[in-house]
Amino acid sequence: MDFFQLLSELDKADPEFMDRINPRRRVFQYLGNTGKKITAAAVPAVFASFFTKAYGQTGTTLPQPVIDVLNLALGLEYLEYYFYDTALGIPGLIPSAETTPIQTIRNDEAGHIKTIKDVLGTAAIPDPTRAGFDYSGGSGSMAGPLAAALLPTDPNNANGKLFFAAAQSFADTGQRAYKGGAPVLNTASTKDILEAALNIHSVEARHNSHFRTVRRAIAANTLGSATAPAGAPELAPKSWISLRDNNGPTAPDGSKPASAVYGPGADPAAYPAEDNTTRASLNLLTVGGVTYTAAQVSEAFDEPLDPATVKTIARMFTTPAGLASGLFK
Amino acid sequence: MSHKLSSGPQPHEADLDRPLYTPIKRRSFFMYAGATAGATALVLAGCSKDDDASGANLIDVGSGDAGILNYAYALEQLEAAFYAKVKTGGYYTGLAPTSAEKQIFDDLAAHEAIHRDFFKAAITATPGATLLQDLTPDFSSINFGDRSSVLNAAQTFEDTGVAAYNGAGRFITNNAYLGLAGKIVSVEARHAALIRDLVSYGTFVNNDVVNVFTQTAGAAPGTGTAMSAQNTSGNGNPGPGQERSKRPPQILSAVNNYLAAGSKLSANSFA
Repeated sequence: MDFFQLLSELDKADPEFMDRINPRRRVFQYLGNTGKKITAAAVPAVFASFFTKAYGQTGTTLPQPVIDVLNLALGLEYLEYYFYDTALGIPGLIPSAETTPIQTIRNDEAGHIKTIKDVLGTAAIPDPTRAGFDYSGGSGSMAGPLAAALLPTDPNNANGKLFFAAAQSFADTGQRAYKGGAPVLNTASTKDILEAALNIHSVEARHNSHFRTVRRAIAANTLGSATAPAGAPELAPKSWISLRDNNGPTAPDGSKPASAVYGPGADPAAYPAEDNTTRASLNLLTVGGVTYTAAQVSEAFDEPLDPATVKTIARMFTTPAGLASGLFK
Repeated sequence: MSHKLSSGPQPHEADLDRPLYTPIKRRSFFMYAGATAGATALVLAGCSKDDDASGANLIDVGSGDAGILNYAYALEQLEAAFYAKVKTGGYYTGLAPTSAEKQIFDDLAAHEAIHRDFFKAAITATPGATLLQDLTPDFSSINFGDRSSVLNAAQTFEDTGVAAYNGAGRFITNNAYLGLAGKIVSVEARHAALIRDLVSYGTFVNNDVVNVFTQTAGAAPGTGTAMSAQNTSGNGNPGPGQERSKRPPQILSAVNNYLAAGSKLSANSFA
């Protein structure tokens, strides 16, 4: 690779860079600090720092719709973070084979929180703390249908069975919410924010896949392995959403606390339920001369969810103190 | 192949002093420095120009939203062809009818075929878009009779798909297409995570695909350190806890290893 050939290419790409970077002497200072010789491998990193300086969001005002999408996402990340962090602190709740995976997932959520807080700056909602959440699904009563999810000795929660059911519901809410928010982030000046959100969205989907794998393992009593076959969708689901997964996990009281997670949004045309089989006006049950089952077509795609529906779900798990701190307004 | 998906050019010394101390060159440097996000990709492009004699006869996916749709169509063609081939190989045909792995590969084959057929129909119905040709895969490096060879290849395809969709999103103008990509990428991520858990349990978000963050115990959430320093987005070093998204040219340099001569791809508009 010829560095000067690279420079020649760059020259054509953006002649206006000098107007953006100020003062220009910083370029010299930067290079001076790095030493006289720079390896070719380091060149991308050097340019990256110029890029941030010239085009970064820092100090600019984000559009309000972007702030709203990111604050909703941040609230969901706090909800997940404190759920996993709380569970890790309760002896005997999480089976030993899953301690490290749940720590990893908790840390991923912490990374997402850092990402979003760094983008939002002073526009970020405050940390609602653990007191902001009611993981029973009781909106602050602490006596909702999932109360046993954090109780290690409850017979409905053997091997964390109900904990993982709740975790699956939270992560699916998150992935559908990010999917619903992504178009709002797709403006010319917020492409880096869009890419960060997409990079969080797929991690939520990976988490969700793992939670579902654990639920199959719990049902088959094969913890620590991914080789248990799928069974009833509400109990031992596939790692992808099949139709509506029978409206999600069943709570000990027989209710379906996560049914809205797999249902349609406020406008079903824009936010269909997870059993949707039509995309871009194409009926995919027969496409390319091949006929597929409704389950196969529904599994091949996840669906977005609108902010209002996401907030309604999330408020079930929020205390009055959490609402007062700014969560899910 | 002298370059891999994530490795970039071989390090060697480039003397940056000379242009800075030479008046004419120095002025040029400021102009050059403005190539924004393309800088890293251009480094790679320059490398490929020098040492990849097989760079001729690449099919370019095109530009604009139609180009991204064709890029996705190409990746889905490859994945669908892979799983169709898996289902004829000795590993799959030897699986017990009720086994989890048979169930999984049946689903993956159906999902990817649906993605492929969906893109073909959608691009055909898009005014002004030209459908990419049918690609001929080259799976000669995969042993379809061997479980670990099949699972490792599946992991590569699924991880690559996720990084590809995430890195392509920013190039999409029409939000209807961005939404469609979002509906698919999370399913690819579900696939990737499960295949990883089959290959090695608990690796569903390992550091090679996610920039792992370590939360400081007892501190407020978001306090801690990421495994990799954040770099220009799209080069595999995103922010903390994020998937390592990659731009189309980076993805295709790896994907071309699984495409036959005459079917290898470029994405010159999406650096």
